[in-house]
Amino acid sequence: MNDKDKPLLSVRNLTIHYITDNGVVKAVNDISFDLAKGETMGLVGETGAGKTTTALGIMNLIPNPPGKIINGEILVDGKNILEFNKYQTRKYRGNVASMIFQDPMTALNPILTVGEQIAEVSRYHNKLSKAESYVKAAEMLELVGIPSERINEYPHQFSGGMKQRVVIAIALACNPQLLLADEPTTALDVTIQAQVLALMGDLIKKYGTSMVLITHDLGVVTEICDRVAIMYAGQIVETGDLEAVYEHTKHPYTKGLFGSLPRISDKTSRLNPIDGLMPDPTNLPNGCPFHPRCPDKMPECESRVPANTEIEPGHFVRCLLYE
Amino acid sequence: MLKFTIKRILVAIPVLLGVTLLVFTMLYFTEGDPARLILGDTATEEEVEALREELGLNDSFGQQYISYLGGVLKGDLGVDYITGRPVSEEVMDRLTTTLKLAVASIVFSMIVAIPAGIISAVRQYSAVDNIAMVIALLGNSMPNFWLALMLILFFSVFLGILPASGLYGAQYYIMPVIGISAGSIATITRMTRSSMLEVIRQDYIRTSMAKGLTEFLIIVKHALKNALIPVITVIGIQFTVAVGGAVVNEQVFAIPGLGKFLVDAIKARNYQVVQGGVLVIAIICSIVNLVIDLLYAFVDPRIKSQYQKSGKIKRIRMVKEEG
Repeated sequence: MNDKDKPLLSVRNLTIHYITDNGVVKAVNDISFDLAKGETMGLVGETGAGKTTTALGIMNLIPNPPGKIINGEILVDGKNILEFNKYQTRKYRGNVASMIFQDPMTALNPILTVGEQIAEVSRYHNKLSKAESYVKAAEMLELVGIPSERINEYPHQFSGGMKQRVVIAIALACNPQLLLADEPTTALDVTIQAQVLALMGDLIKKYGTSMVLITHDLGVVTEICDRVAIMYAGQIVETGDLEAVYEHTKHPYTKGLFGSLPRISDKTSRLNPIDGLMPDPTNLPNGCPFHPRCPDKMPECESRVPANTEIEPGHFVRCLLYE
Repeated sequence: MLKFTIKRILVAIPVLLGVTLLVFTMLYFTEGDPARLILGDTATEEEVEALREELGLNDSFGQQYISYLGGVLKGDLGVDYITGRPVSEEVMDRLTTTLKLAVASIVFSMIVAIPAGIISAVRQYSAVDNIAMVIALLGNSMPNFWLALMLILFFSVFLGILPASGLYGAQYYIMPVIGISAGSIATITRMTRSSMLEVIRQDYIRTSMAKGLTEFLIIVKHALKNALIPVITVIGIQFTVAVGGAVVNEQVFAIPGLGKFLVDAIKARNYQVVQGGVLVIAIICSIVNLVIDLLYAFVDPRIKSQYQKSGKIKRIRMVKEEG
């Protein structure tokens, strides 16, 4: 394997639990995936599937306590970031990997100018002077489509979509290799969503950034991603390139997800949602976590956890039907 | 901002008028005849009556109040019946002493309390936090005068290293400052801690962590400034308490300040002095409140824009809304 094929990000058997008074919340359970340089992967799942926890884990930002990385390793450029010391972690965050947070309304510091919030990243990581970092911040603002005259304004003077652009500018300020976008468009209007997505798509192409895009919107994935991983109850149940997962859907949960999307071509009056609810992460069922809701359940599913099986090159499914 | 300041100063005028009216009325109806007090028991009834006429004490309540107010507007607070000196001069002499003590105490409180509050919040439930909270509880529960007496007992009587009374040099300040600060240190520490605890759980603190900034930068630049608003409020209150409440401490340490002066004046029915002293304290409280309001705007740009827009103080509602 030459250097080019080596994945930028390699998550191996990552398990993250939150230890609370009401029990252990098993947020992420033994997930593994790779992300190549310049590749974009969609991480799709319902609320509570462990998507955000996975991203925070990759940033090594799991709040501890109560969160704890129980097992696994996260290799970025071949180095396990979980073994970094404080200094290495700081150099990694914001510089090598950065994150776009879900809610732009609360992600920005209300009492610092947007310019300062962008400038401080490059000032800190690239050892720029104050003036240089502000020049850089002005460039970043223009890049995300905000006039640089607004550099000295405060977050409350911006609209939601504008704030999210600022958050994107912060995340890209040091030209990171890896971008984790946690539902970057969920809090925005539909019209603004499209703009912000297009902007992100352009920027990561321009800089060759690899991205994990967390979303619960399967439509968003098709617009911007090369690959997709479907998460359920802290596990990746199906992963592969867009075509494999969208056209040759295998896992019953993924099928259920597609079934719950309205299609304009279908004349059926009702959607087909998946029955039941996501299991309580403090009390996951034995065997396959999806078995209580699975239409194709077999007796074996209640006792045995399915392994990750490659059913065609690059297309993995965690389901006993395909083992 | 200037408009807001002017408005705010104009608002203080009715407050101060109210204070003069209240104090004047209270003293007017208090028993005891100043003329008799000035002349002593040996004076004849005619002599007393003549003095009453001369001092205008036989005029109606309204006439007396108006003539007093007229004097105040010209900066004339009346004459000390006992010493015959103008009240304004006498009050100013004592005021500097009281202000010096109050400023020293509040500066000392801030130097101790703000770092203590920050450390307690950042290392919540640690040994440092627990110790600080126990000390704060003690500081809040101990009466000022008792602490002052204990300090005198220990440092002056047993150890003999600090002077017990007067105010003639730096070492004379030590015990009064500790006596006055104990309560404010406790209050400011607790307020800083709870405000910081709230702020460090905000999303924008997570954003600053994701930027890879140092813990010091995150706490001082991103968290502290946001946490300061309630702390500033408390500092303002504590300052007015230090000025108005200096009475007890000045009595204990025999410091020739405004508090002790006022107590002596009340005992002697020295009406003009009491009125002048209370008015000056009220003016100082108004000034402190104005400074606090202006500081809010300095710390929080959202409040500044509120001031600029409407000139109304909506800080409480706003701070609540913005969480």
